Amino acid sequence: MMGRTIFIDPGRCIGCQACVSACRECDSHRGTSMIHLDYTEPGTSVASLPTVCMHCEDPIAPCAEVCPADAILVTADGVVQQADTTRCIGCANCVNACPFGVPKIDLQAKLQMKCNLCYDRTAYGLAPMCATVCPTGALFYGTLEELRAERPGVQVADSFVFGDVVVSTGVAMVVPADKVQWPVPGGLPVVEINGVDVR
Amino acid sequence: MTQQPVPLDPSIAPPGTRSFRDAGGIPADRWHADQNGETLVPTHCCFCGVQCGMYLRVDRGGKVFGVEPRNHDINRMRLCPKGINAYQQVNHPDRLTSPLLRHSRDEQFREVSWDEALDFTVSEIRRIQAAHGNDAFGLLGGASLFSEKTYLVGKFARVALKTKHVDYNGRLCMVSAAGANKLAFGIDRAGNPFSDILLSDCLLIAGSNVGECFPVMTQYLWGARDRGATLIVVDPRETAIARTADIHVALKPGTDSAFFNSVLHVVVQEELDDEAFLGAHTTGWEEVREAVAGYPPERAAEICGIPAEQIVQVARTFAGADRAMAWHARGIEHHSQGVENCLSVINLCVATGHIGKPGAGYGTITGQGNGQGGREHGQKSDLLPGGRSITNPEHRRQICQIWGIDEAELPTAGTSMMEMVWQMQRKEIRGLIGICNNPFVSLPNYEVVKEGYDTAEFHAQFDFFLSETAANAHVVFPVTTWAEDEGVMANAEARVVKHNKAQEPPAGVRTDTWVLCELAKRLGAGDKFDFAGSREVFEELRIASAGTVNDYYGITYDRLEETGGIAWPCPATDHPGTPRLFEDGRTYHPDGKIHMQVVEWHPPMDPYSDEFPLSLTTGRTVAHFLSGNQTRRLGALVEQTPRPWVEVHPSHGFRDGDPVRVVTRRGSEVFPALVTEAIRPDTVFVPYHWPVPTAANALTVDALDPRSKIPEYKVCAARIEAAERIDEVPVPLTPPGREAYPETQVSRTDPLPPTAPQGRGTAERS
Repeated sequence: MMGRTIFIDPGRCIGCQACVSACRECDSHRGTSMIHLDYTEPGTSVASLPTVCMHCEDPIAPCAEVCPADAILVTADGVVQQADTTRCIGCANCVNACPFGVPKIDLQAKLQMKCNLCYDRTAYGLAPMCATVCPTGALFYGTLEELRAERPGVQVADSFVFGDVVVSTGVAMVVPADKVQWPVPGGLPVVEINGVDVR
Repeated sequence: MTQQPVPLDPSIAPPGTRSFRDAGGIPADRWHADQNGETLVPTHCCFCGVQCGMYLRVDRGGKVFGVEPRNHDINRMRLCPKGINAYQQVNHPDRLTSPLLRHSRDEQFREVSWDEALDFTVSEIRRIQAAHGNDAFGLLGGASLFSEKTYLVGKFARVALKTKHVDYNGRLCMVSAAGANKLAFGIDRAGNPFSDILLSDCLLIAGSNVGECFPVMTQYLWGARDRGATLIVVDPRETAIARTADIHVALKPGTDSAFFNSVLHVVVQEELDDEAFLGAHTTGWEEVREAVAGYPPERAAEICGIPAEQIVQVARTFAGADRAMAWHARGIEHHSQGVENCLSVINLCVATGHIGKPGAGYGTITGQGNGQGGREHGQKSDLLPGGRSITNPEHRRQICQIWGIDEAELPTAGTSMMEMVWQMQRKEIRGLIGICNNPFVSLPNYEVVKEGYDTAEFHAQFDFFLSETAANAHVVFPVTTWAEDEGVMANAEARVVKHNKAQEPPAGVRTDTWVLCELAKRLGAGDKFDFAGSREVFEELRIASAGTVNDYYGITYDRLEETGGIAWPCPATDHPGTPRLFEDGRTYHPDGKIHMQVVEWHPPMDPYSDEFPLSLTTGRTVAHFLSGNQTRRLGALVEQTPRPWVEVHPSHGFRDGDPVRVVTRRGSEVFPALVTEAIRPDTVFVPYHWPVPTAANALTVDALDPRSKIPEYKVCAARIEAAERIDEVPVPLTPPGREAYPETQVSRTDPLPPTAPQGRGTAERS
């Protein structure tokens, strides 16, 4: 498990979009939010879920892996940075590669933008803007130990299954206690992982 | 009675927030301040009664350009979308920057000098009062004003205008709770600080959509649940908080007191009441016990439309908890029995002994930023500063002495906000000044409101945007936002916090204080209004409140700068304030007892019929604040919730986005449907932040609670029917000669509901 990172707790999300507004205010891409707010079961539940960049780790972030211009750098602490403006060619490969639908392209500027875990803030010891303001703690920034100190017994997952690919992430998600043994399905039905039947 | 500040248990503090006392100033690392020459001004959000601490980012040119979270006691860095976007209104292109004037409503506004606007206003006041008496002119204030300004509004009405007709829009907010608290405890405020929620074992939330109306308060609810507290939510809708509650009581609107009486009935039947506490600290318990005997669960279940077992379950859970708290808001207060509803909740807390202890008590969650402080110092029609009664001879004498006027000159009690509109209809009130309010959107029964204002011979309005109400005025005074002045507000905990000035007002804009003092000078009362600014007004307010229940004497600007806020009563400058009431078992009645009050349920004032079989209830969305005059101009918030909708149960056969006409005895309007099982089949819901033709308040009833005079917003009889087209949302009004700000146009004509479909299950999706 990573050190200090964002934990997403969908059970606490009230759909208020404070994170979306806060992201718009952060200095690295001021004016544009890098967060999506999704309703996971539209029509059947008020449940909602903020999606930030998951800062994929394994083997390397897909967006960085496919970048033809080597514009997406991953720092030593696992933060997948937004595209380097001097390198990005706006090709949108990263948009297509991201399993979570996070990066955005400014077509006019031919420039990619994505969440960089508020590197401008975390480098100074501040929490990312979204997790700072989240009124309910649905976005939490800290270590797993700090999360558990506040929410005893909480279980988290940092692996997501997309077909036969498992993606490990730097950002983790709070999951029901009985689901923690399995990677969290990210899209397609889970049948097997690396030859092992997980049904 | 010196009390210590509420100790906050460090073990329950969220990580990263070990320091609970943020005195303000620049953060230790000064990262922003050093980076770009910008400064961070510590202040609070201008919107709801939570009063989150925030920093406003100010650039080298002295202009507010952003927001930074602040680790303040109340919110511990958290902010909701309104708070994050609030700074955008400070330098918004729609700001009024020159007084507007016209001699009749047929004319267009023209920009005039301050002298011309002030002189014309004073000549109209004199003309009307000379012809029809002093009480023919009225003043309506607002609960988003700093307390200094609300003090000044009350004083201006009685000393400069010499009228009894002064009231405020907090009348539409939490006056039911205020009335109930005063009756039961002799003090008008919540009993406990927010931090007590974290210590509670059972939380009962009645009529409060906490997630959308007070988002930052949810952290306290979740924090309590992390420690194992049980959550009970009483609300006709399955809100985000109700979705995760242990018990969600989805009762029919307007039946709250029947429900709480029945819960107390079960408490009595099962001997779960705290006889020792009741015997030592209360009066009236015998009468209450007899009254609730008439509400067995079977009867209440029928009235409320809920299972009888749920009433028993709530009674056992609440009464059985070691420490239980009840918090309520407009859902039970906006009723013609609003005071009774609040009293029935208080009766439950008191009978079970859940009062005056860490984690046990009651509270009301204020809607407006200064909903609590806004009435404490004389802005309400029946109150003088310090919560004194205007009909009490001793109180009148005290205030006249402070103000330096003759007792005979002090008017008596006036009427409430809605009643003043009726008086305008009847030409009993012929002139009006409105400050910081927008009754064209916020009052019920729009047609009546419009007729009242149209009948008035003269109307002036203070505002920083051209609200729907300001557009009706003869004179509009452009005044400051909260970021351009300093002052205090009292939040829902009765904690007084200080707002600081972050930038100079735009050219042409004046503070409300300056305008009131200038008008007073022209009316010949200048010697009583010789205030250079908020600080001087606050000094007089402190003295005027000294010795009362609402004692602010020990609160100073300097102390507020040093602390995270001070809860009143605070009688001395070395007094720590009173975050939690009744810790010694004594209330503020002369006998020190809790005066329990008998409550009898009665049906809502707008009767159901075959023609109008449904309940229409109204409420807020997370993105907008009250009449939307501010938030409907901020692009991100408009984008988030561009228009109102009507929530209907799938059993009515509509599909999402269908045009649905909502009809009541006052009129009809068409909204897109949001089909959801999150609402009862017999109830429909419309959010109320928009003007006609998308105004929920064109449909609601102007029936009032007889004691608090709060309108019955939360229930009226209605029907729904299919419509052809959906009413388009009007663009916010802009000053003459200016184009509407483009961001306020976002998604405005989108006919579909902007929010995601809600509820446990819906009809077939389109």
